[in-house]
Amino acid sequence: MHSLTMDLWIPNGQEGVMSLLRPLLLDVVPTIQQTAALALGRLANYNDDLAEAVVKGDILPQLVYSLAEQNRFYKKAAAFVLRAVGKHSPQLAQAIVDCGALDTLVICLEDFDPGVKEAAVWALGYIARHNAELSQAVVDAGAVPLLVLCIQEPEIALKRIAASALSDISKHSPELAQTVVDAGAIAHLAQMILNPDAKLKRQVLSALSQVAKHSVDLAEMVVEAEIFPVVLTCLKDKDEYVKKNASTLIREIAKHTPELSQLIVNAGGVAAVIDCIGSCKGNIRLPGIMMLGYVAAHSENLAMAVIISKGVPQLSVCLSEEPEDHIKAAAAWALGQIGRHTPEHARAVAVTNTLPVLLSLYMSAESSEDLQVKSKKAIKNILQKCTYLPALEPFLYDAPPNILKHVVGQFSKVLPHDSKARRLFVTSGGLKKVQEIKAEPGSLLQEYINSINNCYPEEIVRYYSPGYSDTLLQRVDSYQPLIN
Amino acid sequence: MATLARLQARWSAVGNQYYLRNSVVDTFRKKENDAAVKIQSWFRGCQIRAYLRHLNRAATIVQKWWRGYLGRRQYQLIVKAACYTMKMNLYNAMAVRIQRQWRGYKVRKYLFNYFYLKEYLRAVSETNDAIREALEEFAEMKEREEKKANLEKEEKKRDYQARKMHYLLSTKQIPGIYNSPFRKDPDPWELRLQKAKPLTHRRPKVKQKYSTDLSNWLACTSARSFPQSEILPPINRKQCQGPFRDITDVLEQRYKPLEPTLRVAERINELKLAREELRREEWVRNVNDNMFLPFSSYHKNKKYIPSIHTSSKYSPDSYGKQHFRTENPNKWICDKDFQTVLPSFDLFSKYGKLYSKAGQIV
Repeated sequence: MHSLTMDLWIPNGQEGVMSLLRPLLLDVVPTIQQTAALALGRLANYNDDLAEAVVKGDILPQLVYSLAEQNRFYKKAAAFVLRAVGKHSPQLAQAIVDCGALDTLVICLEDFDPGVKEAAVWALGYIARHNAELSQAVVDAGAVPLLVLCIQEPEIALKRIAASALSDISKHSPELAQTVVDAGAIAHLAQMILNPDAKLKRQVLSALSQVAKHSVDLAEMVVEAEIFPVVLTCLKDKDEYVKKNASTLIREIAKHTPELSQLIVNAGGVAAVIDCIGSCKGNIRLPGIMMLGYVAAHSENLAMAVIISKGVPQLSVCLSEEPEDHIKAAAAWALGQIGRHTPEHARAVAVTNTLPVLLSLYMSAESSEDLQVKSKKAIKNILQKCTYLPALEPFLYDAPPNILKHVVGQFSKVLPHDSKARRLFVTSGGLKKVQEIKAEPGSLLQEYINSINNCYPEEIVRYYSPGYSDTLLQRVDSYQPLIN
Repeated sequence: MATLARLQARWSAVGNQYYLRNSVVDTFRKKENDAAVKIQSWFRGCQIRAYLRHLNRAATIVQKWWRGYLGRRQYQLIVKAACYTMKMNLYNAMAVRIQRQWRGYKVRKYLFNYFYLKEYLRAVSETNDAIREALEEFAEMKEREEKKANLEKEEKKRDYQARKMHYLLSTKQIPGIYNSPFRKDPDPWELRLQKAKPLTHRRPKVKQKYSTDLSNWLACTSARSFPQSEILPPINRKQCQGPFRDITDVLEQRYKPLEPTLRVAERINELKLAREELRREEWVRNVNDNMFLPFSSYHKNKKYIPSIHTSSKYSPDSYGKQHFRTENPNKWICDKDFQTVLPSFDLFSKYGKLYSKAGQIV
């Protein structure tokens, strides 16, 4: 039993293995019991078929019964078995709940030995992870106040696993999150943000973000625990996942109302998030990018605050650098939210030369559908407010017709009022391009083209219209020379 | 008479003359009448014309005055209206001025204060810079701490190495490997070895025996719970007077460990536990949990799961359970199997059913 390893291929008579191990659980010698339980746990941990075999072999009631009585080594091993079985699927976790394991696990939470508590908390966390009913069952067994007590224990491993269990419980629904908050977890979690251990910080930030994501009240309660500006130091942590979870927390708080976003902006959170985006790569950046999008979406002042914190160059770097489509889609969405408010905002986005990148993403066939949709919306929103003509000019050449309509519309709005822009438009060849555009008479595009043509004298318009050289040559052909 | 005669003689002349005079008058009477009429009519006409002229003049004057009066009245109305419109225009213009001022003020102060926004954005960028600096400092501090921790770890490791290698220290007679005579200075390791204290041998740890005593059935068996059967030190107090028993006897009696009676030593639900124990032992011994029932129709629907010892490497072999004769359809000459003329020996089809009715369990 001591040398049981995972290299053994378990034959399909798994029930045979179980029936061999089951009697050993009731052996007189306690060490054999513990090792048998440990072996069962390792088997169940490896494969979900084996875990099912453990359930079918009626071993769980025996384990639960002895969990209440035996010494701490056995309790640890038994809790390990329960954890290993419960982690694979909701049905197996339900089977564990059905054989009454939750009450005994909650009793284990009151044990003195921290190892037993850790094993019990781990098992509860894995059970509660799957869905809301199982979480509710865990909460109904009275686990939450004990978990909050476990968080206050001095052992780091216990704190970690208790924070992770609270995070798993509160992620399913607002009522469960409210239960966790009512047990007074937030104050303790907020204190632990300052702890130097990186894995603990990961779990604590994840727990706080799962609580804050459900509703405005919960987010406000998290904010009232005075996490700002301490959370911003976590954005500078060496560990990547701490940064990711910290930006997730800030994102979940910022997305609810403009007031909460304002609070984060006033605390300097936007600058910290932008620096954090700059220092990571890949999926770690995603929550930070989404946070900037949410903040900018609320109001134009907040979008302006994002712009002056130098967010737009960073986002355009993300857009061009990142290989993954979903991160690009998030960056495109965020840029669209920033640029859609006023011409000032659109200008700030346009000067960084992101519009051609967005256009190429929209046109490329390799982009996913989501990316195409998001970049199209972003382009539309920004173009409708953009009056910065040097950025609009490249669009005349390679944009598809539905975007061309908006570009020409913008030109027709700006050109009648600005004489320097008119001159520039002619000299850069934009007027020529506009003449070449074919539009159905009566359509909006034709109206825009007409209003642009009305800004110029007729000769210039005729000069640049296509086929003008042909008409001139025709005139040469048909001219009668003056003979005197 | 004479006159009469003369008159009578002249009567016809008189009569002619009378008639002539009358007719003369008559001949001119019409003319004179006409003339008189003409004159009279002319005069009357002049009179009437003068009268009409007079009337005309009077009517003109009356009309002139009346029209003047009407016009003046109209003019007053116009003037009043013009004055009114002028006043209203003035009021409107003034009201527009006030409204313009007020709207500008309201928008600037309450709705969109441009300067406040500028100020706010400036404050935000200042906060951002401050936060960026603070975070940089924090990151630097963390890095410094980490470097320091790493350096200390390295030092500790090297010290431990030096302690392990203390025998390589150079003696007076023999220079050690780190103190080669060809070097100008000894290697830094040499100095470290000089400072290091040699390691001592590890003492074997005394293994604690697992003792089974009564306290094991307490629910909390952790070391942090109650102290178990250790003799507490006596409380120091003033020595009392008088012959006393031997102190060891007294302490022995006072701190005698519990010697419970058999009745108390046994748990109250011992019988139930013993039954459970028995049941568990049986569960341990039994390979199969199902009660043995010899009646085959009871187990009709249960699939037999062979134990690990009886199943083969790949799958349970159906030969010997489902068919008792090997068949190889590839080797048949025609495509049909042998015909069975006689029915096969059904030895086991009546198994379990040849007995009494009591054997057929539903």
